[in-house]
Amino acid sequence: MLSVKNIHANIDGREILKGINLDIKPGEVHAIMGPNGSGKSTLASVLAGREEYEVTEGAVSFLGKDLLELSTEDRAREGLFLAFQYPVEIPGVSTTNFIKAAVNEKRKYLGQEPLDAVAFLKMMKEKMALVEIDQRLLSRSINEGFSGGEKKRNEVFQMAMLEPKLAIMDETDSGLDIDALRIVANGINKLRSPDRAILLITHYQRLLDYIQPDYVHVLYNGRIVKSGTKELALELEEKGYDFITDEVDLAANQ
Amino acid sequence: MNNITYFKDQFEQLQEANPNDTIADLRQNGFDAFTKDGVPTYRDEDWKYTNVSSLFDKEYLIAENSTITLADVNTIRLPGYKQANELVFVNGRFIANLSTIRSGTTDLVVLPLEEAAKGEYKEIVAAHLNQSSNYLNDGIHALNTSFINGGVFVHVLKGKEPEHPVYCYHILDARQNPALAQPRSLVLADENSRLQITESYTTLGASDSFNNQVMEVVVKENAYVEYYKIQNDTANASQVSSTHIRQIGRSYVHTVTITLNGGIVRNNMNLVLDAAGNETHLYGLYLLKGKSHADNHTLIDNLKPNCFSNQLYKGIADDTSTAVFNGRIMVQPDAQKTNAYQSNKNILLSENATINTKPQLEIFADDVKCSHGCTIGQLDEEAMFYLRARGIPKESAEVLLLQAFAADIVDQIKPEPLRSYVSKLIYEHLAIQ
Ligand SMILES: Nc1ncnc2c1ncn2[C@@H]1O[C@H](COP(=O)(O)OP(=O)(O)O)[C@@H](O)[C@H]1O
Ligand SMILES: [Mg+2]
Repeated sequence: MLSVKNIHANIDGREILKGINLDIKPGEVHAIMGPNGSGKSTLASVLAGREEYEVTEGAVSFLGKDLLELSTEDRAREGLFLAFQYPVEIPGVSTTNFIKAAVNEKRKYLGQEPLDAVAFLKMMKEKMALVEIDQRLLSRSINEGFSGGEKKRNEVFQMAMLEPKLAIMDETDSGLDIDALRIVANGINKLRSPDRAILLITHYQRLLDYIQPDYVHVLYNGRIVKSGTKELALELEEKGYDFITDEVDLAANQ
Repeated sequence: MNNITYFKDQFEQLQEANPNDTIADLRQNGFDAFTKDGVPTYRDEDWKYTNVSSLFDKEYLIAENSTITLADVNTIRLPGYKQANELVFVNGRFIANLSTIRSGTTDLVVLPLEEAAKGEYKEIVAAHLNQSSNYLNDGIHALNTSFINGGVFVHVLKGKEPEHPVYCYHILDARQNPALAQPRSLVLADENSRLQITESYTTLGASDSFNNQVMEVVVKENAYVEYYKIQNDTANASQVSSTHIRQIGRSYVHTVTITLNGGIVRNNMNLVLDAAGNETHLYGLYLLKGKSHADNHTLIDNLKPNCFSNQLYKGIADDTSTAVFNGRIMVQPDAQKTNAYQSNKNILLSENATINTKPQLEIFADDVKCSHGCTIGQLDEEAMFYLRARGIPKESAEVLLLQAFAADIVDQIKPEPLRSYVSKLIYEHLAIQ
């Protein structure tokens, strides 16, 4: 589904990603872990098409297409979804209208008729229940004045509405208390399906107690320095990142 | 400038044709001032960014008999018209037989200005007409005064709240020749009255038009006035539109100025707060593209204590357009406890567009609260990326964000039919690239 080959990316001339390789198949859940500043969000942004990042080397194919050739909006309409680490507040744009526009843009792209008001509301109701989000939030401007937890829940709600093929969740767990974490994780679990892949980016292993990943990768200093199964996450929890990063730093200094 | 001779001929003809007109002296003073001051140039501080002299190079025809019919009027009516008093001006002249007055004469009096100046309302007209020249003392205002002819007098009577709003349609007939219009109106909202008034502008035909408009509004004790100006004319339509509102009794005024299309547009929105405890809200929105030029000059002159005023003007400049905002607040020595707030927010969408914004505070009292702020920014990139990352194409994302930017001004249009109308105009204006 997604194949990332030797991706290098710069921002302001500084290299942040230094050769990332990653293969994700339908139905799989991958977790990318790593200390702050290692390039996790940069990878997510590059995949979603944020223009500030310059890809200097490498290739990405998504469902057989050259992802890097697609505009941000086309990537989304092809089925790539990014749950933002910091969801943006957009005063004056109603959440409901925005989601409706997004859903119908995607349908248009796929050659489907737009949803009428009734069908859209029905879908909203269904997905709202799935991620336990309050109707009142959705009638407000996008993320405006939402708490941290509400913003994250809104991200998962949008994912549910847009039914992506690949969802990249950038620290959807950070800043959540244990109840909110459980609700968000439940929502994501309900969205797991054999033809949908999920890439969980997280700093902590606690999310992985709720969502069991098939693979875990450690990203450090712009490279994936270790990959394994969910046991790797437990090991990281126990020993901290140092046991890997020290090794990498040592090797680099030799 | 050869136009001066043209105006001189026209002026003399007008005076000859209306010798005993009570407004003749006023016109004479106006013409003397115009002859002395001429058309403002960029050397005048107040006209630094707006070149109106270029509008005077044309051979305007002040058409006596326009062929505008009711069928033409039908094409330009504003939503809600069935409930409105519709005042039609053709090339600056109030045309009674194209107008529809729905309110009864015990609520609302609408008369040709010259007629009002002679009869029952003589004293009112004498007391209030051309008070604006104390503030708008430049050649262009004087030119309007020189040609007062075919103006209108609107009077909401004491204690009356006419259920029908007033719509003023300004039609400029530029089908044959460049059209010049100089409408003049005097509006009085009497004690305890209520008035809602909206002005719109339409140029018919492909020639240039120039509307040099002056409206004077007098607001008395405990009156409530809403004023809306909707400027969405063609690219060859220019105007200097002066709205001079004097709150001479403790009263409430709310204005919204929307500028979407046009050539050179200059708005003077003057508020004279000449009674203690006045409250005034001024809103403005300009969404410029192409070569449009919009200059909003506001003035709030606080003469008496305890007045409150709030101004919010927002705008977008795209392509090679130019936006100017100049917000002047004066607080005179007697105007203690004045509260005056002003904010101007802009989005610059193109490298070739220009925005000039300037607050101008002149405070001569010590116990006042005044604040002002202006910003010029770009579209929020983070917001753009967020919308696009959900599959919304770049152009639509831009329109969504710009609509959101405009929304807090549009929301200030209180009557629903006008608000939805403006909302739709804005959407269409933004969506067409
Ligand atoms: N927009 C940006 N401008 C400049 N530097 C950036 C920007 N985004 C990320 N970086 C830098 O790139 C590195 C990786 O950041 P990021 O991808 O956010 O890491 P992570 O998500 O793993 O914490 C950091 O050193 C960060 O300072
Ligand atoms: Mg991050």
